[in-house]
Amino acid sequence: MSKQAKPSPSRAQAEDANAAGVLDREVAEEASQSQLEQEHEARKEEQKNRVEEVDRDLLLNLLYQMILIRRFEEKCAESYSLGKIGGFCHLYIGQEAVAVGAISAIEKDDYVLTSYREHGQALAKGVSADEIMAELYGKAGGCSSGKGGSMHLFDRDVNFLGGHAIVGGQIPLATGVAFAAKYRGTDRVALCFFGEAAVNQGAFHESLNLAQLWKIPCIYICENNQYGMGTALKRAMSLQDVWQKACSYEVMSEVVDGMDLLAVREAVLRAVERGRKESLPTFLEIRTYRFMGHSMSDPGNYRTRAEIEKYQERDPVKLFTASLKEQGIIDDAGVQEIESRVREEVERSVRFAEESPEPDPKELYTHVYKEQ
Amino acid sequence: MAVITIREALNQALAEEMRRDENVFLMGEEVAAYQGAYKVTKGLLQEFGEKRVIDTPIVELGFAGLGVGAAMAGLRPVVEFMTFNFSILATDQIINSAAKMLYMSGGQFNIPIVFRGPNGSAFQVSSQHSQALESWYAYFPGIKVVMPSTAADAKGLLKSAIRDDNPVIFMEQERMYGNKGEVPEDEDFTIPLGVADIKREGKDATIVARSLMVPVALKAAEELEKQDVSCEVIDPRTIRPLDIETIINSVKKTNRLVIAEESHPFCGVAAEISAEVMERAFDYLDAPVRRVTGADVPMPYAKNLENLAIPGVKQIVDAVREVAYI
Amino acid sequence: MATQVVMPKLSPTMEEGQLARWLKKEGDKVSMGEPLAEIDTDKATMEMQSLGNGVLRKILIQEGESAPLGQIIAIIGEPDEDISALLAQAQSGASASSDKASSKAAPEEADAGEAPSAAQQEASGGEAPEPSSGNGAGARQDGSADGGRLVVSPIAARMAAEAGINLRSLTGSGPSGRIIKRDIEEAIKAVGAQAKEAPARSLRAVEPTTPAQQPEITGASPYRDEPMSEMRRVIARRLVTSIGPIPHFFLTTEIEMDNVAEMRASIKALDPELKISVNDIIIKVAAAALIEHPQVNASFQEKTIRYYERADIGVAVAIEDGLITPVIRSADRKSLSQIAAEVRELAERARSRRLKPEEYTGATFSISNLGMFGITEFTAVINPPEAAILAVGEMKPVPVVRNGQVVTRQIMRVTMSCDHRVIDGATGAQFLQTFKRILENPLYLIV
Repeated sequence: MSKQAKPSPSRAQAEDANAAGVLDREVAEEASQSQLEQEHEARKEEQKNRVEEVDRDLLLNLLYQMILIRRFEEKCAESYSLGKIGGFCHLYIGQEAVAVGAISAIEKDDYVLTSYREHGQALAKGVSADEIMAELYGKAGGCSSGKGGSMHLFDRDVNFLGGHAIVGGQIPLATGVAFAAKYRGTDRVALCFFGEAAVNQGAFHESLNLAQLWKIPCIYICENNQYGMGTALKRAMSLQDVWQKACSYEVMSEVVDGMDLLAVREAVLRAVERGRKESLPTFLEIRTYRFMGHSMSDPGNYRTRAEIEKYQERDPVKLFTASLKEQGIIDDAGVQEIESRVREEVERSVRFAEESPEPDPKELYTHVYKEQ
Repeated sequence: MAVITIREALNQALAEEMRRDENVFLMGEEVAAYQGAYKVTKGLLQEFGEKRVIDTPIVELGFAGLGVGAAMAGLRPVVEFMTFNFSILATDQIINSAAKMLYMSGGQFNIPIVFRGPNGSAFQVSSQHSQALESWYAYFPGIKVVMPSTAADAKGLLKSAIRDDNPVIFMEQERMYGNKGEVPEDEDFTIPLGVADIKREGKDATIVARSLMVPVALKAAEELEKQDVSCEVIDPRTIRPLDIETIINSVKKTNRLVIAEESHPFCGVAAEISAEVMERAFDYLDAPVRRVTGADVPMPYAKNLENLAIPGVKQIVDAVREVAYI
Repeated sequence: MATQVVMPKLSPTMEEGQLARWLKKEGDKVSMGEPLAEIDTDKATMEMQSLGNGVLRKILIQEGESAPLGQIIAIIGEPDEDISALLAQAQSGASASSDKASSKAAPEEADAGEAPSAAQQEASGGEAPEPSSGNGAGARQDGSADGGRLVVSPIAARMAAEAGINLRSLTGSGPSGRIIKRDIEEAIKAVGAQAKEAPARSLRAVEPTTPAQQPEITGASPYRDEPMSEMRRVIARRLVTSIGPIPHFFLTTEIEMDNVAEMRASIKALDPELKISVNDIIIKVAAAALIEHPQVNASFQEKTIRYYERADIGVAVAIEDGLITPVIRSADRKSLSQIAAEVRELAERARSRRLKPEEYTGATFSISNLGMFGITEFTAVINPPEAAILAVGEMKPVPVVRNGQVVTRQIMRVTMSCDHRVIDGATGAQFLQTFKRILENPLYLIV
């Protein structure tokens, strides 16, 4: 493109660099990265205190969930490359602390709605690994009966109201779910997950406006992994401090380190309390990073290996494991024991998916309309 | 039976269904304090209060999506679009969310919601405010599309739409709000979705018409009666699911079909009906199916041009004469 | 532009045709509608007309050779036109019908889109004259039908098929000469009116039952379809699984023919010119009996049983390499002399293979007589969709006991094959009773 039409020199340089796959925004990012790292160091110190405050069984359970999501997603990558999983498959590796931390802060009958990168949230909300894997395999035993696939996991029993595959589409929906909870006089809240790129959509702005205006207890969780597909945040957003967007609507907002599970959990606990007690929305910008491509078909040429490695040093699973060890909550043998239980659960889910029958051909025509 | 306007019939249907079910609530631009841009929601705020009759900001996508979410969590929203022209902003939520939720959740989440408002032409409001969008919505499996043409149908069908467990696009017509007709007063009066109504019986030609075209088609039929041509006028009332059987049976009897519609012809409902008739009643046709449609242009402003863009009695009469070989 | 001449479909069952005789030779000028050749079909020899103007440039199959439907058999073009491409195509075995580009002059096909499709013709039960066969005897109504395509509305095609009306005999009143429902309704009315208005003929010899009605009736019998009873459906289903698609059964009776013989003698005495055969009388009597027993004058139609109003009797005629069954339309309403004349004329044309399809299809009942071969008794096979066929044996003197005395009588044995889906034993027997009663006392024909 730069060869045909010459845009401004800087733009053209950037595109050339991008095309060569060596785009390095290290320099540009330095300021915000170092800022993030400082915050992180500070929080690590705080985490010590937090760990002490949280129940030991809960901590171990959270660690189990983190590892489960990590291993489940690794298995998905394997199955996808074997052709067992079709369509698009967006993995959550690197972002586990967000789903696990946030969902640990709500109750079973609170609601969760999210985007198409939702295996992690589904597992954390309690959808069974078996049914998720079967859904990815397109089998009748899937949590959406094989009709939704990776991007449309649903489970009414645990109030998991779906993966939604139009960027930002779930934001008005979650607002409506929380509206209904309030309309019916319950104190339930809805957690709504989306990526930072969805914040540019009109649906986000319309929803936040309505939520504050009508006092709707919806908790908006922006997982800022810094890339909307292959487009870096700074190439897509004029005001890059995402949390500030909420100020336009007077919605309470916070920035949270998404690599720190307990920091996420605490921020969401505060938001939940605001929702239940004051029936008010909250916006959380949770800064995280995805270690894998946007989807399994991502060429990955828009970011450097060095950048990924830098974030991998702060891998949330490793970080949380290290914290628990440091605090003497768990030792290596304990971690091994969790790993082996997780492996068993993941292997079982694959077996379940393999053995589950394909949907009956007559299912093609069911669930188009609900019979009266 | 009382003789009331379509506007009043719709108002009664809303009030009765809101009394009947606490989960029904009304949301849209100017539905509450303003009493409805077309006064369909007049008095409802007073009776049901701010919790259930809700003025929204001008954010069609936002409140349509909020409605769909509320329906996922068990409420039965009635969302008013001031006109269906504005629903175009909300189509992502109507089509990508409402129409598909039941299917992609494997039957777990149905969406009992009604989107209603005026559709089609008004009076000299030009291109962006005069569109008939039924074929858009009827295209998608998972949505029902309803278009009443009389006061009784308006009431009976709206009540059924609100009680339906699926997303329903309920299309009124601004030019028809003041049309009067007899309406049963019984609170249990409903008309099932998906059942056509034969507005007039005849034997020489069938005219299928909906919404604004129904009174026009009935006038054309009267005119043709004087010319010794007996027309059957069928109002499908529901576009999806379409009661094609009634149309096919009529065509088998009359052998000739004219379909009148206000919308553009291309990929329209009339095109769909012609295809079905061709597939299922080909051997009964004595003439090609004839469509009488709105002009294939954006709606102009000037009165004379606007009149040319909307089908009238003469076009229907001419079309029937053509298929009846007169 | 050159026109390809293809092997036309000239009968409902035709799959290929044999070129009997070219009526033009290469280099001859031909104009549209002019006879081009004679084609032997499975049933008859028919004339094929030219669909183009110009010169018969090339003959591709010789007399005596056969070609499947649609195969290119000749090319008509301007004297100096280059036809090499068409020739190449023809020699590669392409059929014209599968190749749009090579079809007749395109502009004349302007409203081809309105012509009925092949599927529609199939839906009309295959009884309709084939509109797209084109090369038949049809007169073209107007410009639109150039190229031999009939433009006809679907319902009109169906009604014509059911009423046995030849679409080619009609002029369409719709746009571009489209034949529409109204045209068929008028044609049906005209046939009825003709039947009523036909003047009474001078009566000769034995009078038919209703002397006032002696129409020159063409066209098939009107009928009504009646829904089948459940019992009838079960009978049909079960019997078909027992013996083939048409469950036959056979009823035989003996008939004393002395009175018939006497009547023939009387007629001959009255007018030596009048040649009435026993078979003619059998046809007439069968027709009368059929009108009395409509259950036998019927056919099986899958969901309904079709009852015919008139008795159209098929008469089996042996011809050189097979058998054909010309139909005496409305035999119940024709005089013996008419029947006799018609049988003779049809049989003669059958033997020279000059019958038109509508003359040998659509009977409601058939008679096969092998008496002249000395066969005393046999069974005939039903010609579907008819429900019965009568096999007539030799009439010969046989000693019989009458009033305690042994006497000789002229005895003829007949066997009726019945379609059990339509006719039950008793129904068939009652029909034969009537048949026998009239034949033994032919005066019944006039009382």
